[in-house]
Amino acid sequence: MKLFEYMGKDLFREHGIPLPEGRVATTPEEVQGAAAEIGPVVIKSQVLAGKRGKAGGISFADPPEEAREEAERILQMEIGGYPVECVLVESKIQIDREYYLSITIDGALRSPVVLASLEGGMDIEEVPEELIVKYPLDVSIGLKPFAAREICRRLGLKGTEAKEFGAILVKLYRLFCARDAELVEINPLVVSGDRLLAADAKVTIDDDALFRQKDLPVVEERTDLEKKANELGLAYVELEGDIAVMANGAGMAMATLDMIDYYGGKPANFLDAGGGAGVEQTARALELLLATEPRVIMINIFGGITRCDDVANAFATVKKEKGIDMPVVFRLVGTNEEEGRKILEETGVDAYPTMQESAQKAAELASS
Amino acid sequence: MAIFIDEKTRVMVQGITGNQGSFHTRQMLAYGTNIVAGVSPGKGGQEVEGVPVYDTAEAACEEQKPDASVLFVPAAFALDGALEALNAGMKVITPITEGIPVQDAAHLITNARTRGAVVVGPNTFGIVSSGKCKIGIMPNQFYVPGPVGVVARSGTLSYEIVANLKDAGYGTSTVVGLGGDRIVGLDFVDVLAQFEADGETELIVMVGEIGGTAEEEAARYIEKHVSKPVLAYLAGKSAPPGKRMGHAGAIIERGKGTFQAKVEALEAVGVKVAELPFQVPQLAKEILG
Repeated sequence: MKLFEYMGKDLFREHGIPLPEGRVATTPEEVQGAAAEIGPVVIKSQVLAGKRGKAGGISFADPPEEAREEAERILQMEIGGYPVECVLVESKIQIDREYYLSITIDGALRSPVVLASLEGGMDIEEVPEELIVKYPLDVSIGLKPFAAREICRRLGLKGTEAKEFGAILVKLYRLFCARDAELVEINPLVVSGDRLLAADAKVTIDDDALFRQKDLPVVEERTDLEKKANELGLAYVELEGDIAVMANGAGMAMATLDMIDYYGGKPANFLDAGGGAGVEQTARALELLLATEPRVIMINIFGGITRCDDVANAFATVKKEKGIDMPVVFRLVGTNEEEGRKILEETGVDAYPTMQESAQKAAELASS
Repeated sequence: MAIFIDEKTRVMVQGITGNQGSFHTRQMLAYGTNIVAGVSPGKGGQEVEGVPVYDTAEAACEEQKPDASVLFVPAAFALDGALEALNAGMKVITPITEGIPVQDAAHLITNARTRGAVVVGPNTFGIVSSGKCKIGIMPNQFYVPGPVGVVARSGTLSYEIVANLKDAGYGTSTVVGLGGDRIVGLDFVDVLAQFEADGETELIVMVGEIGGTAEEEAARYIEKHVSKPVLAYLAGKSAPPGKRMGHAGAIIERGKGTFQAKVEALEAVGVKVAELPFQVPQLAKEILG
């Protein structure tokens, strides 16, 4: 779950990471009021999309009347498909230098890793690798002051600046752990006179850990359908085609989409119903697909932890209760296959034995 | 031979009294797995499919001496259960559980390394040394002994490929599920090294997918250290960037983890990449005859 900048900064504040003075506002009047208190300000649109500056969603303003006018403009914007619903009004700070600092999960190292650079302010992907310090962390040790000192040494930071940088780093790791983050990023970390200030905050929380992060605000990035599917415990991604797809297992679902694509069809979605979904859950998944009104439905089940008879029963139930008008291409093998096929036959639907036959058939039906 | 587990492996099932735990205990026993104990807090003294159940892993160890564990434990309690297994001395730990917080996985894997234990997963279908021992949730009938070693990021997709291989007359030596999460205990390189040294494995099949850099690292390793032929199938060719395709790790982020980059890296070191799953046996035939 990605957090808005101001939410990320609330977490920074909780952990003592220094920030410019700021307020969240949802109306031009509030922005004007904030600017009257703060002085010269920067008004930053709060959306999850990147490149806010380039899109015109970040603006400097002084005096407060100008802040009000700018806020009026920004609050009507849409950036990267997201409407701007609120802005962060912050004190305009003196910028001497811009650094980069983040902690993220590195799958290859199987651990968190610190990325730090004296070249901040731009997308870290655009910074040459030799200018980035990459420091893997051992979670059983954590990020102790010695690691902060070593990272500063590699960066070439000295004196008070190194001390402040190190202190921020230790606090950032504390936040990273305490909040089950996947990413905490400060870009830029601004050198302003003799202070370091986090001018931006990007925080992503591990979705799998939200059960123990209940006091965090909820940020919804999913479409309504994706949300509904996730609530049912299904992984769902909306795509643009007309063949609704249900498969069990993420890899199988991806391979099914690839195969439909190979035969010239266009998948309407990615739906992984796997992970041992029972009759009830599978039925809800089917209903969800029906609601998208596809031309064809393709169901590709290779039973492992998912049982074929459960899927067949779910299909039979939905067919009986709701009716299914469009053609359905079924492929059913694996755990309890025999039982599953029998149930399907009773509903008048035959299962194809192979994935390629069923994908080819689905593509054919959709184009006819 | 086989890798990681064989007919001598003594298996403990954590979460054995649950729905999935008991169902798959039955399936594993039917396959021939030597399950010696189950663990389920508060259920000690019961039996599941004739397997004695204990309250704690240490209690199970005192009486049954297991050396590998498989977990059917909810995500919120999986780290605790897996560390319990590690602490009790298990050398192979297989968390089937999906949705374990990524920092929990990092803790588990770091500790396992220190103790010289192997974590298969999390979010894996498990591991099977065909005809000898199955630890996990894969459907029994497809795993017959043979010369092909399979290592996969995805469960059902690997069943598909193993089934296709079996239909074409090729059995498997060991099939390893790496797991679909951002952080998993084994990567392709670890398993390739084992297969290279395994006397039963003549051909290695990798089942990969978009996201991360595990396939690219495998390619670098194959170039220097693998003399046996390697085939690959990769899922996610048609996946849009920026969308998590079910697995936490299956996402193209900031231009990294693309299908194309992985195919290029593998083909550059002589790995044949099948375009569709059913082409894997055809390519296997060209190599094994």
